[in-house]
Amino acid sequence: MALELLKERWSNAVNTVTIGATKEEGGTRTSIVKAGGETCLPFMLNEGGMPHKPVLAMEIFDIAPQDWPDILKEPFKDVYEDPAKWAKRCVDEHKAELLCLRLQGTHSDFGNRSADETAKVVKSVLDAVGVPLIILGTGDEEKDNIVLAKTSEVAKGERCLLGDATEKNYKTLTASCLADGHNIIGESPIDINIAKQVNILISDMGLGSERIVINPTIGALGYGMEYAYSIMERARLAALNGDKMLSMPFICFIGQEAWRAKEAKGPESEHREWGPESKRGPMWEFITAVSMLQAGADILIMRHPKALEETRKYINNLLGA
Amino acid sequence: MGLSGLEIYKLLPKTNCKECGFPTCLAFAMQIAAKKVSLDKCPHVSEEAKKKLESASRPPINLVTIGSGDEKLEIGNETVMFRHEETFYHPAGIGFLVDDDMPQAEIDKKISSIEALRFERVGQRIEVNLIALNNKSRNKDNFLSALEKITEKSKLNLVLMSDSVETLKAAISVAKEKKPLLHGANKENLDPMVSLAKESSSALCISSSSLEDLSALAEKAASGGINDLVLDPGVKSLREMIESLTYIRRMALRKSYRPFGYPTIAFTRQSDPFEEAGEAASLIAKYAGIVILRNTETWQALAVLTCRQNIYTDPQKPLQVEPQIYEIGSVTGESPVLVTTNFSLTYYTVESEVEAGKVPSYIISVDSEGMSVLTAWAAEKFTAEKIASALKESGIENKVKHKEVIIPGYVSVMSGKLQEESGWSVKVGPREASGIPAFLKGMKK
Repeated sequence: MALELLKERWSNAVNTVTIGATKEEGGTRTSIVKAGGETCLPFMLNEGGMPHKPVLAMEIFDIAPQDWPDILKEPFKDVYEDPAKWAKRCVDEHKAELLCLRLQGTHSDFGNRSADETAKVVKSVLDAVGVPLIILGTGDEEKDNIVLAKTSEVAKGERCLLGDATEKNYKTLTASCLADGHNIIGESPIDINIAKQVNILISDMGLGSERIVINPTIGALGYGMEYAYSIMERARLAALNGDKMLSMPFICFIGQEAWRAKEAKGPESEHREWGPESKRGPMWEFITAVSMLQAGADILIMRHPKALEETRKYINNLLGA
Repeated sequence: MGLSGLEIYKLLPKTNCKECGFPTCLAFAMQIAAKKVSLDKCPHVSEEAKKKLESASRPPINLVTIGSGDEKLEIGNETVMFRHEETFYHPAGIGFLVDDDMPQAEIDKKISSIEALRFERVGQRIEVNLIALNNKSRNKDNFLSALEKITEKSKLNLVLMSDSVETLKAAISVAKEKKPLLHGANKENLDPMVSLAKESSSALCISSSSLEDLSALAEKAASGGINDLVLDPGVKSLREMIESLTYIRRMALRKSYRPFGYPTIAFTRQSDPFEEAGEAASLIAKYAGIVILRNTETWQALAVLTCRQNIYTDPQKPLQVEPQIYEIGSVTGESPVLVTTNFSLTYYTVESEVEAGKVPSYIISVDSEGMSVLTAWAAEKFTAEKIASALKESGIENKVKHKEVIIPGYVSVMSGKLQEESGWSVKVGPREASGIPAFLKGMKK
């Protein structure tokens, strides 16, 4: 008797978000990326499809990175004072298809740069590279609302992905995205109900659900990765079963989380039994990425070139180059 | 999957003969359903009913034990496809391959490097469970001498890998005590392997890269009287592997498909440590009962073992840290004192941010029954009274010369009350742990 496998049939697809706009579309990007669109659980291709490979973005800052360990600074040490050069390095050398610019310098702890000054930085990055941009504030609500509004204007028509909107602070950013044609990141604290709520709030303001990305706020490998893993699995199952307000792709800040772990950055001199951090750090970031990919991650924000390269290889291995 | 009392009743003779000691067949059935009495008490039950009841009382995925003593490995008996539905119960065994065609010295080295893969993190030990000895040489003597080395130097559980029944027979006669997993049976050698496993009461692995063949072989092995089976879906691409492991688990759980009601074993294919770790992490997340790797780099194993630790953390019972004082860095009597909950994720997040701030500090984890700050506060497990008593009982007063405590920003409302209760002055810290480094630096100024 032939073995009949129990195959899932899902009724809904994850939304596809398009980031970046070319000249024809009113922007200046030379390439765009699409994320999401899955009609199956991660990599279960005989039950559906993953029309767009998970997208790998590299993270850059508007100021020199403050808390990065040497191993992470090394590949960028000659460029990170200049965001435009840093951006170019990521694209030219590390083949990043998407960049994530964090406006750290606007925070009062890190120079309190004004919205106008910041706008110039954003412009310089847009001019330096042709790939689409994700642009993030610092989480300081008041300042973000001023800075991101201005940033949004400067990047009008480029169809960036701006973030993060939260349950308490989404209106200003949503309005900017509506006015200037951007996508938005809705952030929730490892909580599926709040994730959905944020998506509803943003949609209610008139921003289409295909322009929203969920940031489930992940934890690094060893530091709560499993909470995000399960929240993402739950949300993805809900999406595939038809919940439109959870059908957005996930964005995961892999590098940011992984490099906070002491297993990633702790020097070998202090942790002999762990082996060299030159390998261990990128490995930590890579396995954090792998875990999140298995939970359904769509956009992964990476930091170390080696982790990026390995994650790319991993995805190509699963989905074909 | 247990049957209900009524379902069991339908399988009984329904004669109410009372020979089982119960007044009616229905009463007897209810007791069976409650697992208070065994079906054997009924002298008239049919063979068919027995079979049905037996299979219904078995777990959908058998529990298989490899090894004995404290380090034994139990795998299988999983009940869900997704962690959030319940939990994953039996952490995947992590093992490393030793080829028997390596020179003796290399084998020695390999064993020591495998033995070193034991770490402690977040208060738990995470470690390697198995050595898989592979009869790559296809020579019996090589296999036996490598086995001797291993049993001499390591207490790890064993997977003995050879398709030669004779070689495994010789090996098991030496290593029987260790209750190894035999790997094992395939299409060509199933019958003699089943006999060997039965004779030596070992767990048996059956391999086939076709799920169809795998299920047929498993069925045959089971009818040969073996319950301790482990399924090896063969060598295939990672994507196909994830698919196979998913279908095996899904068919067992959702269809009660007996031939797939066993734990699985998976072997990595990649030789590069990064690529191999990526495979291993995926296999752990996607249902492998045992994952066997080749590379033994510490920085690789640390990540893989941590991944297993995470995936197999019970989402219903959050990990907790000991409620006590933790000293971060070279603390002095002037160092700041922070309080947080004893939910391990919360605590370790705070800890890593305090470390990042590079200001030596004390952290007191308050017993909040493993809840995070906001949840614990809402549930009244992280209150002014609780914190005040933690300050008193932890002994922090003997360690610092000041009386100032930093509380999480989210519970700032309790400041006044806490000051009153404890006599400590209260400083409100940042809401998110990520604000701690800047906050601590700011205090120093």
